[in-house]
Amino acid sequence: MNNVFVYCELEGNKVADVSLELCTKGRKLANQLGVQLEAVLVGTHLDDVEKQVIPYGVDKVHIFDAEGLFPYTSLPHTSAVVNLFKKEKPQICLLGATVIGRDLGPRVSSALNSGLTADCTQLEIGSFDMKVKDAEGNLVEKHYKDQLYQIRPAFGGSIIATIVNPDHRPQMATVRDGVMKKEILDENYKSEVVRYDAAEYIPSTDYVVKVLDRHVEAAKHNLKGAPIVIAGGYGVGGPEGFKLLFELAKELHAEVGASRAAVDAGWIDHDRQIGQTGTTVRPKVYIACGISGAIQHVAGMKDSGIIISINSDPNAPINQIADYIINGTIEEVVPKLIKYYKKNSK
Amino acid sequence: MSLKIIVLAKQVPDTRNVGPDAMTPEGTVNRAALPAVFNPEDLNALEQALRLKDANPGSTITMLTMGLPKAAEVLKEGIFRGADDGILISDRPLGGADTLATSYTLAQAIKKIGDYDIIICGRQAIDGDTAQVGPQVAEKLGLTQITYTEEIISLDKAAKKIVAKRHIDGGVETVEGPLPIVVTVNGSAAPCRVRNVKRVWANKNREFTTWGAADIEADPAQIGKVGSPTNVKAVKNIVFKAKENKTLTSSDADVESLIVELMESNTIG
Ligand SMILES: Cc1cc2nc3c(=O)[nH]c(=O)nc-3n(C[C@H](O)[C@H](O)[C@H](O)COP(=O)(O)OP(=O)(O)OC[C@H]3O[C@@H](n4cnc5c(N)ncnc54)[C@H](O)[C@@H]3O)c2cc1C
Ligand SMILES: Nc1ncnc2c1ncn2[C@@H]1O[C@H](COP(=O)(O)O)[C@@H](O)[C@H]1O
Repeated sequence: MNNVFVYCELEGNKVADVSLELCTKGRKLANQLGVQLEAVLVGTHLDDVEKQVIPYGVDKVHIFDAEGLFPYTSLPHTSAVVNLFKKEKPQICLLGATVIGRDLGPRVSSALNSGLTADCTQLEIGSFDMKVKDAEGNLVEKHYKDQLYQIRPAFGGSIIATIVNPDHRPQMATVRDGVMKKEILDENYKSEVVRYDAAEYIPSTDYVVKVLDRHVEAAKHNLKGAPIVIAGGYGVGGPEGFKLLFELAKELHAEVGASRAAVDAGWIDHDRQIGQTGTTVRPKVYIACGISGAIQHVAGMKDSGIIISINSDPNAPINQIADYIINGTIEEVVPKLIKYYKKNSK
Repeated sequence: MSLKIIVLAKQVPDTRNVGPDAMTPEGTVNRAALPAVFNPEDLNALEQALRLKDANPGSTITMLTMGLPKAAEVLKEGIFRGADDGILISDRPLGGADTLATSYTLAQAIKKIGDYDIIICGRQAIDGDTAQVGPQVAEKLGLTQITYTEEIISLDKAAKKIVAKRHIDGGVETVEGPLPIVVTVNGSAAPCRVRNVKRVWANKNREFTTWGAADIEADPAQIGKVGSPTNVKAVKNIVFKAKENKTLTSSDADVESLIVELMESNTIG
């Protein structure tokens, strides 16, 4: 009761990175609250799967292993989690802000009548004071301690909002891949493993969606792990401009990322978006090309080692967090970077 | 066979073009500075509905929106593009709703409409990017869902079956589901057809049914601010802490010296 839960996502029997990152975060939150960290895994052929999560400091692993639970479909996974939560009454539930997490999280929150905050960039524990009506209908201040602060940029990026759910449990949040860091706590961590009879939790009528066909490809790029990222924004001006960035990337052995404005304009693939609703990167060097630096973008790159901003506007907000600022246009500066890199690397 | 289709559409502030005046000095959103638009992915949802209607003559599309009276603009826009009818849910006590209270309200309205084969929504609204309302509506109606849909491939009302292609992380999936169902549609799906001039002329002054909380028999404890588990504790304006930095021009000399500096420190190369 009252513990921190992480719903761990599976591809086959491999636990997703984002879920392990959340176990690490969940461990820290559980320590602060003085409670246990528990993980839920729902899938098919899950022998030994607990070994992947326990080292991250998971005290108890709940496993639902049955035919029909992989690939993921909405209703069976919802029933497993909702019925488990009705018994276990967690205070916090974390999920990846992935296709699966965003399909499942809202259903669970709706079924349990609890709040859910999408795409959090930070999670903290703190207190909250709110005016509530007492028995006589007078407004009185009520103090809530040990609340989960669900922190995310909001509204066009000019603000960061801290969301709390004082009166409803579990407090639910989704977090994108790469936002939290995964760290093994102890290879020999001691944990309890419970395997359930799935049929007791999941009615057979839940298996109504059939996956007829499925293709999953490994990512075409390694944006998350690249030591140098060259990111293009709206200021790149079009697909031609991105060609220049790819040329520079080839020279520097870098990966190309993008802002949402560039993705929305259709100049570059969606899976290269960096930011709150894209990938989070922490490269050694981040070269922001024609990116203004909205908070949703910065949320996904602010922990980069060295930030270089190329922008025609000397007052672009991104320049505030840059180590090097080049005042100039992409058209002019990027070819020069290529030229002088080639010249000096010979 | 004809279908009864419901499309959920939201009017949202256009957060794609946020200017410096988007926030008031008090740190609240200056809605006046942001134009209100048809949530982009809801247009993709409408197009999937229109395609179903094309393929199943006699089908009807009802648009449903919750918002201020001005939100009826999206209903009219939907009619201009081919929807048949629209209902606005608007009432004081509904204000301040988070996704849970919104989905409860929409689900109540859908129950009042009663007769439907499919409910189509956008994947997410650009004001919050939560993608929660679709699945939450589905759960409240006891239906399953297909999220992140790229295309509805087929729908067979007699067999009560729908087949759709959807995005998953790193790939695509084709799934078959039952009817009725909730489908949420991605922005990468087919764009919405443009307005039909004749429909614009015929519906210029169209008025829409408005339902309040009482009309949909909403439980006062589950709507608006009261029915929203999430509270905003604080909002903070963003002030980046300026770092010490080096500012360069785009001259050849400056660019070359930067490259040399980065190479000498083994930062690149
Ligand atoms: C809920 C939500 C989630 C979001 N999530 C993300 C996210 O994950 N990632 C993300 O990136 N955004 C996200 N956004 C959008 C974000 O708020 C900004 O709109 C977006 O990051 C802006 O992209 P940009 O900097 O490329 O474009 P702009 O803001 O248009 O900036 C373009 C920049 O290019 C410069 N420029 C113009 N021409 C040139 C030239 N020729 N040479 C050099 N510089 C030039 C301009 O001075 C300007 O600074 C989100 C928004 C919302 C509401
Ligand atoms: N107030 C509303 N009125 C009608 N539809 C809505 C409303 N809010 C959300 N939706 C629908 O739910 C989808 C997801 O919204 P959101 O969960 O806010 O990202 C939208 O694309 C709409 O189709």
